[in-house]
Amino acid sequence: MSTVTNIVFAGLGGQGIIKAADILAEAATASGFDVRQSEVHGMSQRGGSVSSDVRFGEKVYSPMVPPGGADFLVVMDATQVDNFRHRMKEGGLLIEPGLLLGDEYDDIEDLDDDDDTPLTRRNFNIAMLGALSAHLPIDDAVWTEAIKANLPAKVHAENFEVFALGREKAKEA
Amino acid sequence: MGETNRLLLMGNEAVARAAVDAGVILGSGYPGTPATEILEEFARLGGKAQWAPNEKVALEVGIGVAYAGARMLVAMKHVGVNVAADPLFTAAYTGVTGALVLVSADDPDMHSSQNEQDNRNYSRAAGIPTLEPADAQESYDMFLKAVEISERWGTPVMLRMTTRVCHSKGLVQQNGKIASPQKPHFVHDIPARLMVPGYARPAHRKLRKKLVEIKDWNEASGPNQVFEGSSDLGIITSSVSYLHAREAAPDASICKIGMCYPFPDNFVRNFAKKVKRCVVIEEGDPYLVEYCRYSGIAVEGKDEMYRHGELNVGRVQRILAGDTSTEPVYPPGNPPKLCSDCPHRTISGIMADQQLIVAGDIGCYTLGGLPPLEAMDSCVCMGASIGVGLGLRHALPPEEAKKVVSVIGDSTFVHAGITGLVDMAYNPPPTGHVVIIVDNGTTAMTGLQEHPGTGRTLTHKATRKLSFENLAKAIGLDKVHVIDPVANKEEFDKLLKESLESEELVLIIARRLCSLGAPKLEAYERATGRQGSA
Repeated sequence: MSTVTNIVFAGLGGQGIIKAADILAEAATASGFDVRQSEVHGMSQRGGSVSSDVRFGEKVYSPMVPPGGADFLVVMDATQVDNFRHRMKEGGLLIEPGLLLGDEYDDIEDLDDDDDTPLTRRNFNIAMLGALSAHLPIDDAVWTEAIKANLPAKVHAENFEVFALGREKAKEA
Repeated sequence: MGETNRLLLMGNEAVARAAVDAGVILGSGYPGTPATEILEEFARLGGKAQWAPNEKVALEVGIGVAYAGARMLVAMKHVGVNVAADPLFTAAYTGVTGALVLVSADDPDMHSSQNEQDNRNYSRAAGIPTLEPADAQESYDMFLKAVEISERWGTPVMLRMTTRVCHSKGLVQQNGKIASPQKPHFVHDIPARLMVPGYARPAHRKLRKKLVEIKDWNEASGPNQVFEGSSDLGIITSSVSYLHAREAAPDASICKIGMCYPFPDNFVRNFAKKVKRCVVIEEGDPYLVEYCRYSGIAVEGKDEMYRHGELNVGRVQRILAGDTSTEPVYPPGNPPKLCSDCPHRTISGIMADQQLIVAGDIGCYTLGGLPPLEAMDSCVCMGASIGVGLGLRHALPPEEAKKVVSVIGDSTFVHAGITGLVDMAYNPPPTGHVVIIVDNGTTAMTGLQEHPGTGRTLTHKATRKLSFENLAKAIGLDKVHVIDPVANKEEFDKLLKESLESEELVLIIARRLCSLGAPKLEAYERATGRQGSA
């Protein structure tokens, strides 16, 4: 079987998990891969655990990342790491909020009160996507287009900035 | 697959595009996860789509459209087909002139449903040809195929999807428009359409004859495929299970059933003959297994433990290995909860404090039954709160009966609560009864869809608005109260207590906009240009 890259995005409702997955799926499509994406849309209430699976490669069958099959697990909320750790394969890479928050911030909530960082609660998903992008075979220009296509024009500049920031942090790590 | 026109779409979006390409003149249904996006997307693409009060009405409108010779899409979640089952069974007898495609979105594992019924059982019970797409591309292709079958044999056709087909994205290539049927016009054919016993008996024979013809077509030209692999293992499969199976057993030979009813037993038999071991991989009920066994095809099915929940690559590997050991249990994650400023939260809190017996219903407010509030004692199906509450009142001793209250949302009330209210007025229990309509001005749980009580259409345009107050009066209820349960919390608490004590028939309309949706809902209402509040 051809090689498939498996990514699971996870976090809490309202954190932009599905938006991040949409952007990756679109970028992978534009890069010429076969792509499948799966999540459970459901009740619109906020605060529940949410996850989205994205798979890309030469040929992808199942839309769901197999149990314990994620090459990358991107968790947007520190409290959710233990809930989703089982989705990751042995030797898989966990990308969690601490990578971007470092020791300076305890929580994503703290970002909005700090003018020293371009990171906010609202753009944090894109920053995490930037961190993931450091490990994926997708060109910069393709990411830019995918972000543009999925976010309103007035927030493009801000999201390009935090995407690049996430990418740098991942390369340093 | 060509590089042009390669779109990444959800199964639901692919169905909507196919409906546009097929020249469907109307889409109708009732919101319900995982089907909701089909009609919304159809409308976004320029199709004419509408929310019906419930699925029965949606299908009946569909029957009328198809009697007129036009093409119709009806979309609903699996349990919606229960509501629409009455017209469905007899529409199979009458047949149609145009195309009538019913999309049933099943929900294995009950991500957002009260049961995980397998609607392929309706195919067999009602005699409705049924297609099972595995992904978005097949959702597109098979919708068009369903239109073709529906018109060729004059029969309603079901497109049976599941959560993972509806909500998974894959690449889709559109094939361009298919020829539109003749212009809608009415042809009188009373024996075919008027189902009195004298006409229904021959109509049933005609249906069975039609199904034999469709089966023959399915055997020879149906959307079923064989993927040759090793002769040691053959897998018979359908829907998204096919995708899991391809990955779980890349070397196996696969027989993929695209049209599960009428079942193509010869096609499957020919496949099964060529492999040493033959296993059926399907989600839900053992539908294909039973057809295989009935047809004398020796197959292995899955263990009963795999009837529950969804399949995935790992579970398919377990089934193939005959592994029935206990499956690992993972953290359930945080459950969804009522928004912090949700009006349902206030109402549930008051009902919990008053220690009531709450016959509940389906909506966000059902979450009020979970810890810590635990202020809901039952949830059966859309509209059941009123009937169940009345039944409890009829049976319980008076002191306990007086604690029973029925709680139902605004959209749910329109869907299936009105007849319950009629029964309350017509057959009042000895201790009276209290019904609360928790009216947040939207179908909140499925994502803020409109309904007749909002006075706005699927696309948020102004239309006639159903007044619950006036309806209740017409039914014969004179104790009808409208109150904002958050702004007037103490008054609501007192009103509820007094109503329960009064032993009369009381309707309380607890009206306050959904806190999550309020900005959007207020904007929709302003855009209608109507006077007065939303």
